Amino acid sequence: MTDLPVPKVDLKGVLSGPSARAAAAAADDHSEGMSYLESLPRRLVTLYLPLSIIVIVLLFPFYWMALTAIKPDDQLLDLDKFNPFWTTAPTLKHIQKLLFESHYVGWLWNTMFVAVCATVLSIVASVLAAYAIVRLRFRGAHWIGGLIFLAYLVPPSILFIPLATVVFQYGLFDTPFALILTYPTILIPFSTWLLMGYFKTIPYELEECALIDGASRWQILVKIVLPLAIPGLISAFIFCFTLCWNEFIYALTFLQSVENKTVPVAIVNEFVDGDIYRWGSLMAGALAGSLPLVVLYAFFVEHYVSAMTGAVKE
Amino acid sequence: MADIALDSRAARRPVRDASAWDRLKVNRDWLAVWFMLPAMAFLILFLAYPLGLGIWISFTDAKIGRPGEYIGFENYEWLWEDSIFWLSVFNTLLYTFVASAIKFAVGLYLALLLNENMPFKAILRALVLIPFIVPTVLSALAFWWIFDAQFSIISWSLRHLDLITENINFLGDVNWARGCVIFANIWRGVPFVAITLLAGLQTVQPSLYEAATIDGATKWQMFRHITYPLLTPIIAVVMTFSVLFTFTDFQLIWAMTRGGPVNATHLMATLSYQRAIIAGQLGEGAAISSAMIPFLLAAIMVSWFGLQRRKWQHGEAND
Repeated sequence: MTDLPVPKVDLKGVLSGPSARAAAAAADDHSEGMSYLESLPRRLVTLYLPLSIIVIVLLFPFYWMALTAIKPDDQLLDLDKFNPFWTTAPTLKHIQKLLFESHYVGWLWNTMFVAVCATVLSIVASVLAAYAIVRLRFRGAHWIGGLIFLAYLVPPSILFIPLATVVFQYGLFDTPFALILTYPTILIPFSTWLLMGYFKTIPYELEECALIDGASRWQILVKIVLPLAIPGLISAFIFCFTLCWNEFIYALTFLQSVENKTVPVAIVNEFVDGDIYRWGSLMAGALAGSLPLVVLYAFFVEHYVSAMTGAVKE
Repeated sequence: MADIALDSRAARRPVRDASAWDRLKVNRDWLAVWFMLPAMAFLILFLAYPLGLGIWISFTDAKIGRPGEYIGFENYEWLWEDSIFWLSVFNTLLYTFVASAIKFAVGLYLALLLNENMPFKAILRALVLIPFIVPTVLSALAFWWIFDAQFSIISWSLRHLDLITENINFLGDVNWARGCVIFANIWRGVPFVAITLLAGLQTVQPSLYEAATIDGATKWQMFRHITYPLLTPIIAVVMTFSVLFTFTDFQLIWAMTRGGPVNATHLMATLSYQRAIIAGQLGEGAAISSAMIPFLLAAIMVSWFGLQRRKWQHGEAND
């Protein structure tokens, strides 16, 4: 990840002698050392063209989602009279229908509530576990670390049937607690693994000093390790939150009543009926369900990336 | 001198010996038990126990609302002769292999492109990751609409380019439906592969490429002999994750086709949901999902060997 300080040598400048112009160009040149080998037309074909095709394909569904959400019904269904790639009369009708004629706000609230609770629970458990594995070095810490990594690889789609019976036995069926207690099984392995990586970067010496000064392990964790691991905590938090928001199969299995559902499940189950005019509000619902995450992502891009790559790297 | 020695002993007297409790309080193992407790409680109660319970249920004839009795391998024998189950196994393998292979190729290509120097690099990288951030179900719904039989924008564009005369029945035709769900899965998985591989690419030192250029290496040789070997460990891990999550995919299929048309897109996960929750045959559904475990173990073995290889390359103290 760290960019090594590569000496930037402008070969043309070197060949034409140390002129002031070349020196200035070399100083302004922030590119990699070998980029002078590429001409612009070549870069257009090998870099910009394929890149723009991929980016357009990756982003088109969102454009389509947003466009459908604000298109009036007659334009949506009459492809011959109106150009489908644009709309001339944007409308908020679909969004209004979504917000005031369905439980959408309640579903959003459910999703948010479940995601925040499950994330907080998982982060607390993971901080303790990661600290113990990395710094207490108890007997078998390596094994526990490996087991937690394996737990990360157990997918929800082989657990949902037995978990449904467990949830039913505990009387949690159709309550948010069914999700709040089961989501951590997905989140804890991931965030423990991520936080272990962060805790390893904190120097031992700080802890040793604190131990000599008579601090307990708990004080060390709260007053020394956690403040230093804040970037890691943010990464773990937003990534867990995203995973919760994205989770589908548990929410589909453990929740039954319409008003208890989370956004992804509710949209798939409640909006999908035979109505030919459903597309506008369906897409509005999908858009509104994605926006909170996209906004969060926009603020914390770096943390997302470090969470993703960190979990893979360790 | 003797006086001084006596004094110091007298001063030390009020300090009591460390009791068993004091020693316990600083014992690493004892402390670790308390630190590990919350995480372990969650993982044992809601992960390890259900994992075992699932295998047990697959040996019973449990139905929703009725605990089953042990019936041995009957569920598995039943599945062995069930053509829909074998179709779902075939679909799952096809889906996993095709989607993962293309995800890897496109992801690696995209990572190489993003690693170049260009204007707006940071913004482009951020944009590329958006499909990964948005909940799968919601983007799957967008694809459902894009692939709609009547109002598909793709059919419309192709018709107006005079390439086809009739709308394509994307999700109604067996092969088109498989292609569409695989495409949606690739669309969703490419950003993850690309961004993680990009992180790996950034650790490759530019001086290696400079040296290779001086030695007259072509672009392909540089990729084959510098980039690829240095990326192998991270590729192993990323692709394990990718294969694993593709293999157990549920939500994309459920939102787009629900296994149709005529079970052509049923994966093992969707079939087990249909049998267990919708039809109520918990035992049979559990048998289908337990049948996924051998495949997952194989994927985990690959990941493990990938990690071993990484240790070998980077030295033992590899954090």
